Amino acid sequence: MSEHQALKRPIITLPFMLLAAVALVGLYFLAIRFTSGMGFVTNLNSGYAWGVWVVYDVIVGTALACGGYALAITVYVLNKGEYHPLIRPALLASLLGYALGGLGAFIDMGRWWQFYNIFLPWHMNFNSVMLEVGLCVATYILVLFIEFSPTLLEKIGAKGLLKTLNKVLFFFIALGVLLPTMHQSSLGSMLIAMGHKVHPLWQSLHIQPLLAVMTALIMGFAVVVFEASFTAVGFRRPSETPLLTRLSKGIVGLMGLYLIIRFAEIILRGKLGLIFAGDLGSWMFLLETTLFIFPLLVLLSPSLRQRGHYLLYAAVSMLFAGALYRFNAFLITYDPGPGYSYFPSVSEIMVTAGVIAIEIMAYLFLVKKFPVLHSTDPA
Amino acid sequence: MKRRDFLKASLGGTAALLSSGAAEARGNLEPAEDAIGMLFDSTLCIGCKACVSKCKEVNGMPPVAMEDEIQYDAARDLSPQTLNVIKVYMEGVGTHKDQAVDGFAFEKRSCMHCVDPGCVSVCPVTALRRHPKTGIVTYHADACIGCRTCMVGCPYNVPQFDYDNPFGEIHKCQMCNQAGVERVDKGMMTGCAEVCPTGATLFGSRKALLEEAQRRMTLSAGEIYNYPRGDIRKPESHHEKQVPAYQKHIWGEKEAGGTNVMHISAISFDKLGMPPLGERSYASISETVQHTLYKYLALPAVALAGLTFVVRRNTSDDEGGDS
Repeated sequence: MSEHQALKRPIITLPFMLLAAVALVGLYFLAIRFTSGMGFVTNLNSGYAWGVWVVYDVIVGTALACGGYALAITVYVLNKGEYHPLIRPALLASLLGYALGGLGAFIDMGRWWQFYNIFLPWHMNFNSVMLEVGLCVATYILVLFIEFSPTLLEKIGAKGLLKTLNKVLFFFIALGVLLPTMHQSSLGSMLIAMGHKVHPLWQSLHIQPLLAVMTALIMGFAVVVFEASFTAVGFRRPSETPLLTRLSKGIVGLMGLYLIIRFAEIILRGKLGLIFAGDLGSWMFLLETTLFIFPLLVLLSPSLRQRGHYLLYAAVSMLFAGALYRFNAFLITYDPGPGYSYFPSVSEIMVTAGVIAIEIMAYLFLVKKFPVLHSTDPA
Repeated sequence: MKRRDFLKASLGGTAALLSSGAAEARGNLEPAEDAIGMLFDSTLCIGCKACVSKCKEVNGMPPVAMEDEIQYDAARDLSPQTLNVIKVYMEGVGTHKDQAVDGFAFEKRSCMHCVDPGCVSVCPVTALRRHPKTGIVTYHADACIGCRTCMVGCPYNVPQFDYDNPFGEIHKCQMCNQAGVERVDKGMMTGCAEVCPTGATLFGSRKALLEEAQRRMTLSAGEIYNYPRGDIRKPESHHEKQVPAYQKHIWGEKEAGGTNVMHISAISFDKLGMPPLGERSYASISETVQHTLYKYLALPAVALAGLTFVVRRNTSDDEGGDS
């Protein structure tokens, strides 16, 4: 009776084993981090207190996990029911992405054994953007789990519980739209307090939350398009291209609006000259903008956007664009002052690679064991 | 340099833009009632580093060795073992003191004890606190989760995390007034001010120190001035010295809302490594944005109500929201 079915394919494949190897290397360095200290694994220093663990695992990783958020808005708020087939895989990717983002934040915490202080009211600082992010992300992980749980309940055949859950699920779906709007915008607000260390091309001050939530949505939609096209190619399933083509029209509007706000802020504050300064910031800005404009052109062209692989290129470009926006702001053009430099160490990168490997392994396992993907035969 | 000039110039305009946009814009915090501070006069500093050594003694931190040999203290910068350091500016042949070209100068690096501290504003668990009376910014490891937002939120890169310790914590100058030391509460000065032989580091109330700094700004180069040592309110001694050509700039009078530790110098502060700051604190902008969005959680509550209504309507046709 479900419109979804498990992919009945073997779990242990060559790619799965390779991912497991990467995960093991990551876990090895993680063990050193917890026994000797972060200094033995990372290149973090007094000027660069946040490296790839925060910027990739948490700041970029959670944006990559915004597929569930973007689709929930489309399906449940804008009432576009035809996109329903895409929602379960998107929710699963979101759940995994956010859970590992939370794990990433935990392994980066210098005093991890006191992490629960952030949940204790007498410790909370309500002026802190980080508090909002921490609480909101933690709650959202729970909400994502609840949103995804019908898939698990269907598998174990808990019909009664499933029925009850379906009656109240609308509230969790609403929360699942509100919470990412809150903490994704706050990830931008964090840049405000980082002040002069953030390059002027990325220091938009009170526009930060808006730009952050828009890039999160762009990346969320990009993940949906990417996953749908990639699953079609990778698992040789029928393509969902017609559905994606329609979705892409909405993405065009979103990206167009984003670019207008981004450039308006730069022009109105008189920062246009910095784009052509010829330094690292200007080159990174040009690269980032190109990555935003390429998918816009593909999606604007009626002939290109109907071709599956162009849609895939556009999605990948959007993912890189959004990720680069955050990497640029938080790390690449971030400048704490003279005398400091940072490039992640091999062991630091391996921990992040391990986290990503675990995420992909979990995704593969779950789509093969649980009814996540849309049935190929009409239900 | 372009970036630096830009940042300085843009902050004024931004503040205006923001205050017109948000009705309840939070301005910079005001100095604490009886703010305690220090005044560092770079032109008086002879680079003896007695302050660095005394700081280690008071705070129980080991000296930094130079080529495996402990000679006094060879700390080059702030670190988890160094809360206060004297750095050197040198240009060209570097022979003339307090001269930008072919000269050298000393600069103290330690917590500036901001009037509107970024670290206090960004800390999610209130591990950094500004004392309501003295304005001293202290750190409380029992609350700290080690997220290091204070480090990225400090314009001066002051908080130092001990990365080489699996159970590390943040280290910063707490004006020798942290629990267990409490020199200021006991009526003593900070260690660094106490041992400074030339009065380059003066201790006292922010008010008195600011007056002293302003007085020095009015002196003309070459005249003789009687410089105090120790606590500005009750100097233990004075010494006469020719007045240098001061930059007419008291660092910390206004920068990002001001600081309780202020600096004066004969060389411009960007050369001494001070960050490009305007008058508005970034903490005040961040908190304005945050409190505009989250005041009484009203906006999120309304949004949630609206979303719940819309989602319920859109899922009712197919028996709840099967996802």
